[in-house]
Amino acid sequence: MRDAHAGSDADAAPGIDEAEVGRIFREAFGRSVATLIRLFGDIDVAEDAVQEAFALALRKWPGGGLPPNPGGWITTTSRNCAIDRLRRESRGRELLREVAVLRRGDDKPSAEEVGSVQDDRLRLIFTCCHPALSTDAQVALTLRLLGGLSTGEVARAFLVAEPTMAQRLVRAKRKITATRIPYRVPPENELPRRLRPVLAVIYLIYNTGAGNLAAVQSSDDVLCGEAIRLARLLASLMAEEPEVTGLLALLLLTESRRHTRLAADGSLVLLRDQDRSRWDHAMIAEGHAIVRACLHRNQPGPYQLQAAINAVHADADSVQETDWCQILVLYDQHLTLAPTPVVALNRAIAVGEVDGPAVALALVDGLDIDGYHPFHATRADLLRRLDQPEAAVTAYTTAASLAPTEAERNFLTSQARLLSHP
Amino acid sequence: MQQVYALQDEMKSAGAWVFGGRLTEPATATVVRMSGGEAMTTDGPFVEAKEHLGGFYIVEAEDLDAALGWASKTTAIIGAPIEVRPFWDEPGA
Repeated sequence: MRDAHAGSDADAAPGIDEAEVGRIFREAFGRSVATLIRLFGDIDVAEDAVQEAFALALRKWPGGGLPPNPGGWITTTSRNCAIDRLRRESRGRELLREVAVLRRGDDKPSAEEVGSVQDDRLRLIFTCCHPALSTDAQVALTLRLLGGLSTGEVARAFLVAEPTMAQRLVRAKRKITATRIPYRVPPENELPRRLRPVLAVIYLIYNTGAGNLAAVQSSDDVLCGEAIRLARLLASLMAEEPEVTGLLALLLLTESRRHTRLAADGSLVLLRDQDRSRWDHAMIAEGHAIVRACLHRNQPGPYQLQAAINAVHADADSVQETDWCQILVLYDQHLTLAPTPVVALNRAIAVGEVDGPAVALALVDGLDIDGYHPFHATRADLLRRLDQPEAAVTAYTTAASLAPTEAERNFLTSQARLLSHP
Repeated sequence: MQQVYALQDEMKSAGAWVFGGRLTEPATATVVRMSGGEAMTTDGPFVEAKEHLGGFYIVEAEDLDAALGWASKTTAIIGAPIEVRPFWDEPGA
């Protein structure tokens, strides 16, 4: 009984460290900022207030313990911080008067809002990814405002100097204010067009993280996790959009094997050589379930098809047991929906497994993507299998000269070396 | 032209219309600029550019999406791209 009594007081038990406070804040950041932007109609006011609440929590929580509902505490405290600050400033008092007017209007939501899901974070992601903003700005805003990353973290992830990133964010926010980019979920008829950049931004965030091979084993590795978190959020808010869930499945299935792409010595490991027992089977199971639901729904799109292709890979115990015919069928569909040379190249790789390297090489040679290193790496692999070592070495060398990471360069150079000195 | 007038009527009945007009070609431009404390008049457009301003609409719009909606309708009719920019918000105005 005494233990049970102590347990009820344990809500306020101390023992939480600063790192934990930081983690909780990042988790709650997007929701709080999004709510405050709706209340005050000003991104800077919202960001500053949540930052102020964070400073308060850092002082209070380590000694006093977590409040019962930390997320709610953060939003309420931020709102109070914003009101206090605005009351101190004359511009702020003006803003508060406007806000009061706006809030009375809020009681009756407008017709276009009734049809859509009501979540502030959903409004915020559509504002951050508005097509009037550049892709760079969309990505930076999404990571800063929804992901809760600091300007420095966003800058480091994109290999940009911090002042440059800070300026990019300031300009983007200025454009949102000056041009009045609306803070709302687009109406149904606009949704397909407006969803495209949102999904592209999340996918770009993931791929930037995944392309940073050096970060795979380090703690810098925030982007992939953040992209999955955003995809999960979007999927929970827009479960009726097949491409949204398709993107989540694609990210989960890709992520399930990301950590097996590098060997202990930092060298690259191809799909066919990866230790499949080390793939994350919980992620694969979740990805598979989503892909099955997508197939059932039968409204295919590029993200769903890529997820399905990855699901087939994840299903096989080895590259030999992979159902390449199924993969080829999916690539045929993907190419119809997205007729780009990159998709055609990936389809040709599947053709190489089904119809042999000669048929694939003829397809690859017809593509015009000379500056894309996987084009040369694919050619090299096909030439090697066709027993044309000299041409393969040349292609490997070209691929190595174009590859963006050291691990990929090393891999391609070593392949070339193996062929020149067998 | 008929379509342009119809769109202008649509802007007017929606309460968006403020003003608009088509400009004559850049060759008719005259530039006035300050030089040595005096207003100098010269022939020709301000800058020689591949693109030039052919005309403009001033519309009253709730937000960027509303303005872009009018711009989309206009560009579909005239076939030329449209740059959308807000007026500077005068504080207290």
